[in-house]
Amino acid sequence: MSAATSPAASAAPAGKRRGYDGVAVTVPVTIPYVRYSTRSAHWWLGRALAELIRGAGIAKGEVDGVCVSSFTLGPDTAVGLMQHLGMSPRWLDHIPMGGASGVVALRRAARAVQAGDADVIACIAGDTNHVDSFRNTVSQFSRFAQDAVYPYGAGGPNASFALLTDYYMKHYGASREDFGKLCVAQRDNALKNPHALMKKPLTLQQYLDARPITDPIHLFDCVMPCAGAEGYLVMSEERARALKLPYARVRSTIERHNAFPEDPIQFRGGWAMDKDALYEHAGVAPADVDFLETYDDYPVINAMQFEDLGFCAKGEVAGFIRANEFTIDGSFPFNTSGGQLSVGQAGAAGGYLGFVQALRQLTGGAGRTQVKDAKIGVVSGFGMINYDRGLCSGAAILERGATQGEAA
Amino acid sequence: MTEPLVKPKKKNPVLRTRLATLPPVPRSRTALGLTRAAAEGVFEMQVCADCGTVQYPPREVCGSCLSEHLAWKPVDNRGELIATTTLRHSNDLYFRERLPWRVGTVKMAAGPSVVAHVHEDCAEGGSVRLTLKLDRSGQAVLHALPEKDTPNMNDAPQLRESTCDPKFRRVLVTDGKSATGMAVAKAMLEAGANAVFLGDASTWKTVPAFDKLVASDPRLQVVELDVTDTDSVDRLAASIGGKVEILVNTADYLRDGGILNRKDVNLARDAMEVNVLGLMRLAQAFGPGMCFRAADGSNNAVAWVNILSIHAHAALPARGAWSASKAAALSLSHTLRAELRGAGVRVMNVFPGPVDEEWEQLTPPPKIAPSGLAKAIVKGLQDGVEDLYVGDIAEELRTRLRENHKAVERELGQ
Ligand SMILES: [Zn+2]
Repeated sequence: MSAATSPAASAAPAGKRRGYDGVAVTVPVTIPYVRYSTRSAHWWLGRALAELIRGAGIAKGEVDGVCVSSFTLGPDTAVGLMQHLGMSPRWLDHIPMGGASGVVALRRAARAVQAGDADVIACIAGDTNHVDSFRNTVSQFSRFAQDAVYPYGAGGPNASFALLTDYYMKHYGASREDFGKLCVAQRDNALKNPHALMKKPLTLQQYLDARPITDPIHLFDCVMPCAGAEGYLVMSEERARALKLPYARVRSTIERHNAFPEDPIQFRGGWAMDKDALYEHAGVAPADVDFLETYDDYPVINAMQFEDLGFCAKGEVAGFIRANEFTIDGSFPFNTSGGQLSVGQAGAAGGYLGFVQALRQLTGGAGRTQVKDAKIGVVSGFGMINYDRGLCSGAAILERGATQGEAA
Repeated sequence: MTEPLVKPKKKNPVLRTRLATLPPVPRSRTALGLTRAAAEGVFEMQVCADCGTVQYPPREVCGSCLSEHLAWKPVDNRGELIATTTLRHSNDLYFRERLPWRVGTVKMAAGPSVVAHVHEDCAEGGSVRLTLKLDRSGQAVLHALPEKDTPNMNDAPQLRESTCDPKFRRVLVTDGKSATGMAVAKAMLEAGANAVFLGDASTWKTVPAFDKLVASDPRLQVVELDVTDTDSVDRLAASIGGKVEILVNTADYLRDGGILNRKDVNLARDAMEVNVLGLMRLAQAFGPGMCFRAADGSNNAVAWVNILSIHAHAALPARGAWSASKAAALSLSHTLRAELRGAGVRVMNVFPGPVDEEWEQLTPPPKIAPSGLAKAIVKGLQDGVEDLYVGDIAEELRTRLRENHKAVERELGQ
């Protein structure tokens, strides 16, 4: 490809970026998921906002910034939702980035708080799931999907991920057993998470014996669509301390959209472009990370995130998976809530699940899923199969801030 | 290798007929450029006039240089099949009834990666050629086919969904006694049709070639049919309507004559009776039955063929009344297409130049032999196109119409 036709893209210039000093991320909330809901997205988002306010011990009017992500809120946007919820924020954002929403919301909110454009920002994501929601979301997902993917068997994300999983397995050496090991570990983790919809243990044999859905995707490679909501608050450390809230600090973040458009099929995500800038800005290395929460709509994406976030080299993921244990007390604590594969995928809330779980880990609120002495966590997001590949990627490195005891 | 299609068994009348469903219909307006190409049987994508980048999926501006000058042009259809999957689940009713369904990613030599239906004879990692076809909804889809033809390739169920192959289907030729009608019947038999019903509006007239044809193959059956007589059309539909899977309307009333050289409208009325109202009668009698059987097994009802004329697009004043009837039939065919689309029955319009038969005796060559027209129709059905231009004159007029339709009008009027 010539220079003229190549997109002018380069990695984030770490040296020039400001830090996230003074920013606190706090009050992780989850509105317990259900498989199907007769409620609308407004209900789920409203419940999340109410939980944030209750959790922070503040008045509704003290939330002066809101950031919303939802697939099923239509025809409303964040704007209509504010009237619905009786909010008058001085800062409002709507992030339609699916699985990258949790990280991207943080990026927007943290800068707004630093700049003084808002003092307390509620970041919320939620979706309902009616019996026909998923089909409607899939068939009208994007123009390119409508024109060039959905007419080809209407397999939805299963089909798109089947194609890139097929390619990845053939070229990068991961096997079904490797993917299965991750799914089994996530299920073990989910059994300790009261919010997880999957309550039964999963064995590797059950994983391997599951019925094929869209080769090579089998039943336990797929998430279960459901209804639910997640949320967190962004404010100054000063404010968090005044409210006596345990919080996490932000060491660095990245986002990238439509990375590597020249790749014939997706075998890497935008993290591969920006990971060096991420670690340099954060002043940490992959070896310093105590746990990882990835976006896991399919196991192949977990494998890509291990590589593209620098936990192993490209093509070495099979060896990495075989050499590690991914349970909460394992050598590489991973998707400690159980991830979407075992908790369920509540639409856009799926893009917050890992982020909210990371906050729990770093604020001492993870209960039985707590990773011992967790101080540094990486959260990554991935979203929006617009045509043949996921376009949005993001990651954040978070660290434990003051705990409640310290805050006093 | 594709298993050869087996001749469908006689239908069990007690079993429920599978009702027609359609693959997903919605497309952006720009993406309908693919539908236009597929309808005409060509392989075209948008190409940037400024940087040459081939665009897919269809775009409003160039994904490379942001130029707005994107033109639909023929592009290299070869590529490599870099990933495949077999769907065992679908969110759509149409595909649910046809699982498993193979799709894949093709990296085109021309640049883009495309998602396509994948023929069972294509090997992953191998070379394929892409073709644009209309699916049952009438919208364009990409099919990846083996680099070279394989035995029984067209019998693959997935490809048969996007084509109208006469093989093992039953065909009604509405005027079987004309030179074109007889040629179409022969070509259908050669293509493997299970039966051909030959409409005969003039049973009193002995045509030796017709008698010889009828005696030549037991799959041929003569049926009385006068398209100007509603009772005749209805009687035939009541008798064989449930068996017609392809209808080829060969009935035509071709006479010389414009407007001012006559003092009456009798000739025009006769032409309209056959070419326009005849089509309407046939459609009202046979259309509903074909729609009902549009998803009925491997010999489902698939296609309605109108033999029009290139002069449906541009009047030949020497045959003004006839040209008007062909133009009216073309207009009517668009309504018929819209009404049959809900079931997935395709309307193929054939636009020949002059055909070498009795009413064209004084027309100078080049003329298309009826057998050549018939072969083109069979191929059009096998390819699944919607508009079929046959012969040099038709192709030339079509090009000239695109270039300057006023010039064509003046020149045809000389
Ligand atoms: Zn260009």
